[in-house]
Amino acid sequence: MGSVRKFRVWRGDAAGGRLEDFSVEVNEGEVVLDIIHRLQATQAPDLAVRWNCKAGKCGSCSMEINGKPGLGCMTRMSVFADGETVTVTPLRTFPVIRDLVTDVSFNYVKAREMPAFAPPADLKPGEYRMKQVDVERSQEFRKCIECFLCQNTCHVIRDHDDNKPAFAGPRFFIRAAELDMHPLDARGDRKETAVDEQGLGYCNITKCCTEVCPEHIKITDNAIIPLKERVVDRRYDPLVWLGSKIFRRTA
Amino acid sequence: MTELEKHSYDVVVIGAGGAGLRAAIEARLAGKKTAIISKSLFGKAHTVMAEGGAAAAMGNVNSKDNWMVHFRDTMRGGKFLNNFRMAELHAKEAPDRVWELETYGALFDRTPDGRISQRNFGGHEYPRLAHVGDRTGLELIRTLQQKIVSLQQEDGGDDRLRVFAECTVTDLLLDGSRIAGAVGYYRETGEFVLFETPAIVLATGGVGKSYKVTSNSWEYTGDGHALALRAGATLINMEFLQFHPTGMVWPPSVKGILVTESVRGDGGVLKNSDGKRFMFDYVPDVFRKQYAETEEEADRWYTDPDNNRRPPELLPRDEVARAINAEVKAGRGTPAGGVYLDIASRRPAEYILKRLPSMYHQFKELADVDITEAPMEIGPTCHYVMGGVEVDPDTAAAGGTVEGLFAAGEVSGGMHGSNRLGGNSLSDLLVFGKRAGEYAALYVDRLGSRPAAPAAAVDAAVEAALAPLVRENGENPFDVWSDLQQVMQDLVGIIRRKSELEESLKLLVDLKERIGKVSAPGGRRFNPGWHLAIDLRNMVLVSECTARAALEREESRGGHTREDFPQMDAKWRQVNLVCSVGQAGEVELVRKPVPTIRPELLALFELSELKKYMTDEELAMLGDASAESTGRPGQPAKDGE
Ligand SMILES: Cc1cc2nc3c(=O)[nH]c(=O)nc-3n(C[C@H](O)[C@H](O)[C@H](O)COP(=O)(O)OP(=O)(O)OC[C@H]3O[C@@H](n4cnc5c(N)ncnc54)[C@H](O)[C@@H]3O)c2cc1C
Ligand code: SF4
Ligand code: SF4
Ligand code: FES
Repeated sequence: MGSVRKFRVWRGDAAGGRLEDFSVEVNEGEVVLDIIHRLQATQAPDLAVRWNCKAGKCGSCSMEINGKPGLGCMTRMSVFADGETVTVTPLRTFPVIRDLVTDVSFNYVKAREMPAFAPPADLKPGEYRMKQVDVERSQEFRKCIECFLCQNTCHVIRDHDDNKPAFAGPRFFIRAAELDMHPLDARGDRKETAVDEQGLGYCNITKCCTEVCPEHIKITDNAIIPLKERVVDRRYDPLVWLGSKIFRRTA
Repeated sequence: MTELEKHSYDVVVIGAGGAGLRAAIEARLAGKKTAIISKSLFGKAHTVMAEGGAAAAMGNVNSKDNWMVHFRDTMRGGKFLNNFRMAELHAKEAPDRVWELETYGALFDRTPDGRISQRNFGGHEYPRLAHVGDRTGLELIRTLQQKIVSLQQEDGGDDRLRVFAECTVTDLLLDGSRIAGAVGYYRETGEFVLFETPAIVLATGGVGKSYKVTSNSWEYTGDGHALALRAGATLINMEFLQFHPTGMVWPPSVKGILVTESVRGDGGVLKNSDGKRFMFDYVPDVFRKQYAETEEEADRWYTDPDNNRRPPELLPRDEVARAINAEVKAGRGTPAGGVYLDIASRRPAEYILKRLPSMYHQFKELADVDITEAPMEIGPTCHYVMGGVEVDPDTAAAGGTVEGLFAAGEVSGGMHGSNRLGGNSLSDLLVFGKRAGEYAALYVDRLGSRPAAPAAAVDAAVEAALAPLVRENGENPFDVWSDLQQVMQDLVGIIRRKSELEESLKLLVDLKERIGKVSAPGGRRFNPGWHLAIDLRNMVLVSECTARAALEREESRGGHTREDFPQMDAKWRQVNLVCSVGQAGEVELVRKPVPTIRPELLALFELSELKKYMTDEELAMLGDASAESTGRPGQPAKDGE
């Protein structure tokens, strides 16, 4: 059943690296992460890769496979042609630690800057009442496994490191939308925060984030656009205009 | 002393799953400077994989539910070997712990009147599992993660509550018998770090990675179990492992991944390679009355459960797992070593798609199998360890000789007895995570002098961890790991027998020696071979406890099946098997009595049921006690009603 296939894996660290060629056995039904594990077990025990669940649930194994951002554990080898060399590289938007492992701390910093859920003052634990239809919109965003593939793909920061301080990224726009749509969140300024502090204005709705999301969250249609629209409702148009202007300047 | 990064905390929590995060929140709320240490990134712990839900008797769907019913179900599930006090606290406190999550921002699925919805699950008398679709664990982790962020925001930084992600603890440090700190290394850099602390909460999860086929992630190398042992704590009931009957077996990439019980609930049946629906041959005598004898009757049950008996595919998890195992051993397995789980030939495609969307998706994406057209290949998978650190039920303080050590979550033992009910783990994490954090903080408050970590111990810990890196020409750790998994899978697996267990203990001695000689070239920076080399030391120690206890317990109960002692034995219900580590690192095993269940809790059960579990002497004493306290007749009933 097994065949020998060509793999090219980026090896190196912050100081630099290169693509290393491997010939490796591939069996029916395997995924890219299996092949990386086989390389570890048989040829390169120090090949660095993150993973946890191997079931698409934890969002640890994000990498770029033939240049396309994806989860190693959910990318089946059968999607590649027999003779095709599979090239695996680390996420481009984040600094490399070693091999396929990148420093994703950017995302945790942004998470800490995001104002937390504000519980309603008048309700005690056990007294929360919400309709299923009202929680469903936020639940879509809570499916996020924090794989950061959307963050990695978004061109606002992918090729523009200097935008990072001002831009929280799609993962945190859906967090803003989630709290905005939470039936009991006590804060009323989620959209304003998204614009003023998260840099929502940089986004020009290219939908690239939505395309890579392994949880199929409609990041742009269901989170970003409603956030922007509501801001238009509440604010003067010039700010939206300013937001798109900032984007044009930096793109 | 080796030059290394140093931190000082009041409470250090090892583990960032449900139990660890809940413990850390509580310690911080008690005003303690708290650290959370985790092998993986923040928000990725194993808890993320839990699907079904968290059991809590809130009574939202059926108002007859209450803590007493939940307690009863839990004790039955564990075949009465549970620490009754833990089961009691768990049942009483789980609702508050779940409601509290809503104040942190959790969004559970709702009932029509807006409360938290609850679903049915095996062994639970009423709908009881709070859930979010089939991703409840993710909701739990994310909610606790976000609560921690919100506390950090209140504090204006992470001085009082800090997460050390991708940092692995390799040793605990003692000042005499008191906890003084922990040594770990950052996976990213391979640099070492010292945490000086008088109180440690272990919340490191389970042990499944010592088995070839498991639903568990790489983190499950039994680190917390081993750290506890080496610090002088004790483990109980390590022989009890839950093998879930239906894990994927093909393709290799997904071997072990869980296939939900609902497939069988919705009409799926098990077949061997001859196409035979074999479960009818495996109904044990005690269940014969409740299960159908013919396929016709079994099939009628789905639409008319009042007049027909259940299909034998729906026997308890341990029974089904054993049957599958026997079929494969008899040569009637599939090419990949499982059996077939067939729903395609029994239900229309639309029905399957509607009822089992995630299973359809899982098989389509990972196995390229369309479960509406072809059967699934499945087999038992190592899922959960019931055994663990022996703890005080109220305070979560570890037993043995050590002070200042606490344990909660899957790493702790006792709560689930010999078998855990689905959904009882997530609630366990919250209830005992909170308690562990609370009592660790209290321990620090009451502490006279602060213990000091001896420099020599720090040096020794660093040296031991570095050994595989500097050693040359040793074995590849991945090879040794594979052999260890094979030994545990084949000889200490789902069905056990004396000769094989004895054999496993011999092989484990060899493996221990080989593990002491592995090499991991490639430097310190994020080097998986080196990380594994360090984990192996823990895996082999904990595996030895499991094998020793499995050899000792001469009965079959819950997650421990002895082919040579196939019956449950009431005398063994009174025995906990307790492991510790001696001076030379050898495992010592002693028998200790299971705590006596308080009479008012026993009164929740019918005498006829207790008779299935208790010895005649116990029943006689019970008769006396209950006659006084509950007014029940002084003599046990003569025969089963
Ligand atoms: C597929 C699957 C589905 C499940 N579904 C359910 C369900 O529906 N309901 C239910 O109740 N239960 C379920 N369970 C069981 C439940 O998920 C686990 O028992 C539970 O999540 C364990 O949580 P924990 O907090 O004890 O540990 P974990 O969440 O496993 O966390 C362990 C933590 O310890 C850290 N750690 C370990 N060793 C070290 C070390 N040496 N140094 C530093 N950090 C360390 C890890 O990095 C991790 O952060 C399921 C299990 C599986 C596998
Ligand atoms: S839609 Fe916006 S957030 Fe998403 S990738 Fe495009 S610019 Fe980035
Ligand atoms: S929104 Fe989707 S792509 Fe982005 S981090 Fe979450 S799961 Fe990943
Ligand atoms: S390993 Fe968890 S998503 Fe791939």
